[in-house]
Amino acid sequence: MNTILSYEFMQNAILTGIMASIICGLIGPFIVTRRMVFISGGLSHTAFGGLGIAYWLGIHPLIGATAFVLIAAILLGRMEEKKMNRNDLFIGILWAVGVAIGIVFINLTPGYAPDLMTFLFGNILTVSRTDVYITLLLVLIVASALLFFYKGFVAIALDEEYAMARRFPVASLKMGLMILTALSIITLIQAVGILLVIALLTIPVAVASELSLNFRRILFLSILCGIVLCLSGLLISYFAELPSGASIILVGGLLLGTVKGAKRALVKRKAP
Amino acid sequence: MEIEPDAREGSPLEPLIAIEHVTYGYEDRPVIEDVSLDIVREDFILVIGPNGGGKTTLLKAILGIVAPWSGQIRFHGDIGGRLGYVPQFTHFNRNFPISVFDMVLTGCLNATNYLRRHAPEHFEKTGAILEKLDIYGLQRENITDLSGGQLQRVLIARALVSDPLVLFLDEPTTAMDATSQTGLLDLLAGLQTEMSIVVVTHDPTPYAQAYRHIACLNSRLYYHGRGELDSLTLERVYGCPVEILGHGIPHTLLSGHGETEKRP
Repeated sequence: MNTILSYEFMQNAILTGIMASIICGLIGPFIVTRRMVFISGGLSHTAFGGLGIAYWLGIHPLIGATAFVLIAAILLGRMEEKKMNRNDLFIGILWAVGVAIGIVFINLTPGYAPDLMTFLFGNILTVSRTDVYITLLLVLIVASALLFFYKGFVAIALDEEYAMARRFPVASLKMGLMILTALSIITLIQAVGILLVIALLTIPVAVASELSLNFRRILFLSILCGIVLCLSGLLISYFAELPSGASIILVGGLLLGTVKGAKRALVKRKAP
Repeated sequence: MEIEPDAREGSPLEPLIAIEHVTYGYEDRPVIEDVSLDIVREDFILVIGPNGGGKTTLLKAILGIVAPWSGQIRFHGDIGGRLGYVPQFTHFNRNFPISVFDMVLTGCLNATNYLRRHAPEHFEKTGAILEKLDIYGLQRENITDLSGGQLQRVLIARALVSDPLVLFLDEPTTAMDATSQTGLLDLLAGLQTEMSIVVVTHDPTPYAQAYRHIACLNSRLYYHGRGELDSLTLERVYGCPVEILGHGIPHTLLSGHGETEKRP
């Protein structure tokens, strides 16, 4: 164990896994209770467009992805503010157009884009030290904003109209949550890839919700659950030489199934 | 509601909220049109009307949840921040994982204090309100596990914990059995000395003895004092013959109306 911890790539992977878990545990419960899961899927896929353009321009792919996801988040936030009903239509279009832009620009880029699969499916074992620092910055932004505005975000997740009646800045809080979701997605892409980001935003929350009915505790349990998933997926990936993103998600699915099954068995035993 | 020229500060006739010619709708279809209404101190206004007549929309306009297309809503002094709102169950996220105590505690928050820690008196007030509404024993329960009547009390507690001057309730008796209804009416009767109450409902029967003014809303507003309402007006509002049966006062509720039925 000591030997694998001494590899820098392993340290980077573990740090990224823990930071991703903190992020998904903090923002995931808000995304789930506010029914923003589909929005998150759309945002994560638009990142691909940013990646493609970044490759073409020869800049760091994360910069392109961050810019694209942020723009998409602001557009979606504006749409929601104007109470347009065709929100899901727009999300679907954003989702597909984002991917299409990515494909076109990667095609235009001369040579081979080696990290492409990494971004689609994620490879936590190839995360660089620079990526770790970028992720750390994003985590600090997201975590401090979420904690500072915590009661405001809870208010709009619980009862948006009541929050408006109490004169909360609901429009700004909603836009803020959208932007924090975008930044979180960037962080999570490192660990599990564009295609699997949704899983990391939902599975830990689903497991935590089986264990507690207290929102604060669900946040905490989601972080814990995320860490368990990321680290065990990472080990499986390392020893069995399987893709890390998929390993993390499959461990998550297994854990959720086990928790649900155990809970059902317990209930049955209590009331035969 | 006319204001006496010599109405003094604090007089029961002083309007706390003046709704003036408010029009609002969704897409391009107006839901409420040219609605004017005064809410005075210690008032008990019953807003009745058919489904889709704009009752909830009117509440949302008063509470600032939607901005009227035209007209205005004027608040007396700082009362704009002291409105209590008890929404319908379908209007909030009933699956949100939160305990009764924490739910009521959120009622203490507003735009100016939500970034700070809860003040100690928030916790004291929440406990006191739970006690007052006989739901202290439920404080650790999750809101998803409550019955309709219990959840209604929690929502009322959340509205009361901020010391409102006007309390708005949207269809409060819909999910209640007869016992809970009686309990709610007793509770409202007790609150009436401390605040004005506005109840929106499609079924005015339970409130026949409690209300002071009644407003019939079907896109436009037909406003009445007590004893001015008759079945003809109701028929116009609902679009079909309607009978009101009040407990104890079966037909005095339905006295004749003259030219006063529509208020400016």
